[in-house]
This record gives sequence, structure tokens and C-alpha cells, in this order.
Amino acid sequence: MTTATMQRNRPSGFRISKKVLPYVLSLPALLVCIGILIPFFTSVVYSFQRYRLSQPWARQFNWGDNYISFFTDPRFWNTLEISLLYAGITVLLELLLGLGIAMLLQKRSTLNNFISIMLLMPLMTAPALAALMWKLMTNPGFGVLSYLASLIGLQDFRWASSPSTALFTVVLVDIWVYTPFIMILLLAGLRSLPTQPFEAAALDGVPRSFVFFRITLPMLTPYILTATLFRLLDSIQQFDIIYAMTQGGPGDTLTVFQVEAYLNFFQSTNVGRSAALMIILWAITYFLSNIFIKNWLRLRERARGLA
Amino acid sequence: MEHTSLLERILRGIALTLVVIFFMFPIVWILMMSFQTNETILRIPPQLVFKPTLANYTALITGKLTTAAGTLDIAFMRNLWNSVFLSVTSVAVALLLGVPAAYAFARHKFRGSEDIAFTLLSFRFAPALLVLLPLTLYFQKLGLANTYIGLIWVYQLICLPLILWIVRGYFEDIPADIEYAYRIAGHSWFATFRKIALPLAGPGIAAAGLLAFIFAWNNFIFALVLASADKQPVTVGALAFITSSGIQYGQISAAIVLSITPTLALALYAQRYLVEGLSLGAVKG
Repeated sequence: MTTATMQRNRPSGFRISKKVLPYVLSLPALLVCIGILIPFFTSVVYSFQRYRLSQPWARQFNWGDNYISFFTDPRFWNTLEISLLYAGITVLLELLLGLGIAMLLQKRSTLNNFISIMLLMPLMTAPALAALMWKLMTNPGFGVLSYLASLIGLQDFRWASSPSTALFTVVLVDIWVYTPFIMILLLAGLRSLPTQPFEAAALDGVPRSFVFFRITLPMLTPYILTATLFRLLDSIQQFDIIYAMTQGGPGDTLTVFQVEAYLNFFQSTNVGRSAALMIILWAITYFLSNIFIKNWLRLRERARGLA
Repeated sequence: MEHTSLLERILRGIALTLVVIFFMFPIVWILMMSFQTNETILRIPPQLVFKPTLANYTALITGKLTTAAGTLDIAFMRNLWNSVFLSVTSVAVALLLGVPAAYAFARHKFRGSEDIAFTLLSFRFAPALLVLLPLTLYFQKLGLANTYIGLIWVYQLICLPLILWIVRGYFEDIPADIEYAYRIAGHSWFATFRKIALPLAGPGIAAAGLLAFIFAWNNFIFALVLASADKQPVTVGALAFITSSGIQYGQISAAIVLSITPTLALALYAQRYLVEGLSLGAVKG
């Protein structure tokens, strides 16, 4: 008690001054992150070097060579193409599916709430484990999906092990894991929309398609943008599902950025190329995340203003 | 209330049923496989009715798989323990570091605070390998390669931004006047932080912690790159199963079930926080 009183009466000069306090509070978190910032700059340096772990003696700056060689490297164009394709297809399909499911579940009822909670389960499954689950189900020997495919006439559907269907298979897993993410965001958005416009439209007998395209969609746009950019940022960096499912194969069918960088680093020990790939991916995500953060802050302000 | 026709209700019912089947089927199927012997799993067509067995789980839990060819050691419990230890410790460290920082960012707009907060947030969106690849080389030099400390440090990349941004939002929602009133009554900032801010932001801190735990648990790439077998969590460990000889599909399924149960249970328990947390508090209100 006495010490408490003494502290209270202590002149303010002895306390941590108001100016320093926020720095003191955030310093530990910053220090931890600075340790992580250093490797980032190292990556930049590596990307300008000829650096192979197998030939450390030959390590030297080659400046832009890693990047310039990408222009004539079909493997790189394949990486870029498959990464964009993967991100584009998954996000588009997840958006359509997520919006559809959210609209099915829009009305608050015990059943709808129960279903929306159930749909969280794939999202909470580790993507790598989800890929493993689908790998078991698509096993050519005993996989239940291979069996079901054979029932509808696809006798020799090879799922992830054939170049022609590998992309389809990993996209399917991605959809299974991440559609619920878009669904719950859009469901929250749908349920927070004001009811008056819809009531007015119903009174006037406005056709449903008009209501959807002219009222629902525009009002939902901020949520759709947030969900889309969030997913786009994750999807273009997808590693877990693809690596766990096929390790980038068969061949180089699915060597998206992170998988390609991983293989370059650990298999061909080409650190320079690996780092250059990551810098390019980082540039893409930085560009996207800037759009994302701006949009997200606006949404946040709006939500705050309404609350 | 708008009236829906019978046809529409039927179509909606069918659509919802398909949705539920698509999203639930893999979990149910793997759960069923985990109670099957290899013989029933390999039977074609796949069996819906079978005599359940706990053999897969006993093999995993005891760490000994007895086959005709002899016994085989399975280190899955080790993976499970690693997952628990890494996730719990990482979240604890992230809370310890992140909550005061979040408070600082929310209450004191100091010079560069927005920039720093954004830099931290940008970690959430940077490619993991960008940092991980040089880090493997550094960790080898520093002696942090394949240590829990090294892994927990790197796990801060997932946990810290999440906690910082969610908790910051909750701190910002506390009216500053309450804290001023308490300060004017003669209490130190620390007492104010502990007695006023922390309890009021409590639900947010809990939600952020839970979400960070789930993300840490589900992480794959960090441990794949930085840990070898004895430090690997379940995500990496279970994947190694499929290539290791002698381990059967039933055991892989049981391992998957054991690996996803904690996060699913947490998610169901805390589902109302998840929307907010997943969008980093984007859709408040």
C-alpha cells in the first residue's frame, strides 16, 4: 500500500517519459522482426550473384544476369504462367462458389448457421494435410475418387500424377480449403447489408436479377475486393498444397514460384536463381498488397463509421 | 418476407446438400479410413460398412507398428508434441511481444508508427521463402538450424503480425477517456494498461491468440525448410509418412485425423471470432 502511494506521488520525471514509452513498448516486437528483415536484404544480394551451394568458390556478383536470363528461359515463363493461371483460376472459382454459398446461407436459421460453421472445417485444416487427404482419396489403387471417376467412365483418370489433370487436381484441393474463407467473409458482408433497399425493391416488384446486379453486388463490392485480393496474395504464393501433392510435378507442370524456388535451392542448389525468383514474386505481391491494404483500410474506416 | 416457390426451395436444398457433401466428404472419408485395416482400405469397390479397428491409433500412440515382417518405429507422437510445443510457445512469445506493441500503436501515434505497423503487416503478405532461404544459411552459421528457438523465432513471422493487427483494433475501440479517467485518479500507465486496457481488449487478445495458434499449427513451409525429423511438426511429419516404407494407409489417415483435430476443435469452439480474425478485422461491426 505504501509503495503504491509512493509511486503515485513520484514526480513524473522518474516515470518512463511519454515520448519514449511507445518505443519501449514496441521495441521487442521490432527487434524480433529486424532479425527477419536481414534475410530479406540478403535475398536481394543473392539475387544479383552467381551463387551455387555446390560451387561456393565460384560465387561472385553477376548483377542482373539472373534476371536477364529469365527472359530466354522457358522454365521461368512456365513458372510465371502456371503461377498466374493457378492464382487466377482458384480465386475466380472460389469467388463464384463462395458468393453462391454465402447467398444460399444468407437467411439466419439454425440449419444455415450450423452449415456455415461446418464449412469452416476445411479452412482450418492445414493445407499440406488437406493435400495429403486428397492424395489418399485420389490414389489410383484404392482411392475413393479414382473409383468414383471410373464409375462415370473415366477409367484411367490419373488426377495429380498426369500432366493434363495435375492442375485440375491441385485447384480442386485449393477450392476445398479456401472457398469457405471467401464464403464466410461474403456471408458476413451480406448479413451486414441494410435491409431497406431490398424491402423497397420487393415492394416495387423489381426482378431478382436486377436486385442482385444493381443492389447486392455493388453493396458487397468492398467485401468482394477484400476477399479477392487476400486470396490472390495467398494463391500466387501457394506452396503447401502443390508441394505436398506433387512436389511441382509431374515434370515441371506445377512449378509455381515458391515451389520452383524451393527446388532451385535444395535440388539444384542454385541460390542466385532461387533468390531472383523470390524477388520477382515479392514485387508482384508487394504491388498487390499495396492495393489490398489501401482498400482494406477504406473498408475498415467505413465499418467504423457505421458502427 | 418474400415467398419462395416450392421449386426454388427444392433447388436450394439440393445445392446446399451438394455443398455440404463436397466440403465434408474428405474429412468423413479419412476419418473412416483411420478405423480400417489395410485390407479393407484396399478393397474395391470402397467399403462403406466395415468392422472398425483402433489398431491404427494404437500403432501411432505406442509408436510401434507390428507387422508380419517385424516391428517398425513410428515417431508420430514426437511430431504431435513438436506441433503442440512450437505452436503454444510461438503464440505465447508473440502475445508477450505483440500486445504491448499493439497498445503502443493504438494509443500513441508516434513518429513512424504507421510505417512500422505497415512493415510488420507486410510480413503477412511476403513470400515465405524469400526470408527462409537465406535464413537456412544464417541459421547454420548461428547454430540455430534445427533448434526450437530458431523455429519459434521464425514462427513469429506468422503470429506477430496477426496479433499486432487484431489486438491493435481492439485497443483502438476502447474509448481513451476511460483510460484518462483512471490515469487522472493517480494510477501509473502500467496500472492503467493492466487494469483497464488489457481486460477490455481481453476477448480480442484471446481471439488473436487462438487464430495465431491455428496458423502456427497449420504451417508447413517453415518447418519443412528449417527442421529435420526430430523437430518437425505434424504437417511435415505426416507428409513424410507417405514415402516411408512399411507405414500403411490406415495409419496415415489416423495421423491426419490426430493432426487436424486440435485446430478443428478450436475453430468450432471459437468460430464467432474467426471471421473477424481471418480478415484481420476487416469486417468489424
